[in-house]
Amino acid sequence: MYSEVSLINDEQVEILLADLLDHYGYDFTGYSRASLKRRIIRLYSLDKALSFAEFRYQINNDPVYFKRFVEQITVNVTEMFRDPVFFKTLRDVVLPKLGTYPFIRIWLAGCSTGEEAYSISIILKELNLLHKSLIYATDLNPVVLEKAAQSMFALSQMKQYSENYIASGGQLDFSSYYTANYSLAKFDDELKRKIIFSTHNLVSDHTFNEFQLILCRNVLIYFDRDLQHKVLQLFDESLQPLGYLALGSKETLDFSPLSKNYKRVPAEKIWRKVS
Amino acid sequence: MEESELMKNCEALIIGGSAGSLEVLLRVLPALSPTLSFPVIIVVHRKHGTDSLLPDLLSGKTSLKVKEIEEKEQAMAGTVYIAPSDYHTLIEQNKTFSLDYSEKVNYSRPAIDVTFQTGAEAYKGKLVCMLLSGSNSDGVNGLKSVKAWGGITVIQDPETAQVSYMPAQAALQLKIDYTLSIEDMADFINLLS
Ligand SMILES: C[S@@+](CC[C@H](N)C(=O)[O-])C[C@H]1O[C@@H](n2cnc3c(N)ncnc32)[C@H](O)[C@@H]1O
Repeated sequence: MYSEVSLINDEQVEILLADLLDHYGYDFTGYSRASLKRRIIRLYSLDKALSFAEFRYQINNDPVYFKRFVEQITVNVTEMFRDPVFFKTLRDVVLPKLGTYPFIRIWLAGCSTGEEAYSISIILKELNLLHKSLIYATDLNPVVLEKAAQSMFALSQMKQYSENYIASGGQLDFSSYYTANYSLAKFDDELKRKIIFSTHNLVSDHTFNEFQLILCRNVLIYFDRDLQHKVLQLFDESLQPLGYLALGSKETLDFSPLSKNYKRVPAEKIWRKVS
Repeated sequence: MEESELMKNCEALIIGGSAGSLEVLLRVLPALSPTLSFPVIIVVHRKHGTDSLLPDLLSGKTSLKVKEIEEKEQAMAGTVYIAPSDYHTLIEQNKTFSLDYSEKVNYSRPAIDVTFQTGAEAYKGKLVCMLLSGSNSDGVNGLKSVKAWGGITVIQDPETAQVSYMPAQAALQLKIDYTLSIEDMADFINLLS
């Protein structure tokens, strides 16, 4: 699944991006090209496209294939309690602070297949805050959201997730949250009750509420600096004063002019809006 | 050692390694010229969660600046960049780094192939890639891309490698430009500058 000299060149990548914008209104032009190109080539060889012309035609004329294309060129890899220390800080510092509010609204942007949403739900439940919380879990890709709503994940992952959960400060038996069903672990419906999964495109959609906590992890790394600034602006507009913004372990607010209005939670990629 | 014309144009050196490569880096880095005219980008397989340890360890061994790669950062001459664990490091056409949390490649993240391949396209004929000791074949396909884009391929002499599989696979699957013993590596790199 690789090629010595690319199957698709830079100009062809630009042609496809222009097509997506023209035909479907999906704007990927602010995405980092190396990753995008790698994903496109991967799909091209995976689907054994016969020629660039054919590949392009199918994307533009077959809505089902277009869906697949969007799903495949974005990276959807995720885990439960990924970076356990981050979740420990949520549990020990951030959520207890928000727990003093009558109601907690959380926006999880770029939630992919939902593992992160259920992780947060579990922590809220253990802190006895779930009943007064609402998690808006959004992604641009409807396919991953359908998967997320099923609350079923591979049973083979549970050992890893259980370890992550414990490392993040969880003290219960992780398996009490799901029932094994053949090769799948089905998570309790209670965890899902306070999650709203819906599509939202960070590039083109606007703010839709005010939140006390916004999480957007491992999404901004795929954007160029301009788009990162634009999206951070959107988060700023959507965050209540004294609310928290959480980014992925390799992402930062430092390069944004907004950073002067935020105070970082020590040692974590979490910032509090102080003015 | 002979100087080739091509090598005088070096704009980046990428070193990939796995099991047994740390020892090589620890021996080579101290002998590098403090004024290298290109960035040195290091991609080694290691455990997730040990992030800051490797840059700390290596920066004690050289007067070159050593840092972990940050996303969107520009690759600068005379700096040693370490790929973070658990992300792939990609090189953009404008010589900035992108990080990517996509599927593992060759059971590895970071994968050497990913950095070699994207580096090959960004630096084309002005790239030198070096594959060190290791126990899987990550990096071999990347070296093929480097060749295809006109760059220079180098491997650690498998005889001198703690784990010879990785460089040996490279030598089996393509024609390598230079095969170096650990002793010769620093001189070779300094001559690229
Ligand atoms: C690598 S996943 C991150 C999942 C999770 N947040 C984590 O850190 O494990 C990136 C997600 O961002 C989504 N995404 C990419 N571009 C987006 C956009 N413009 N708007 C909303 N979501 C986007 C992708 O569909 C994908 O599900």
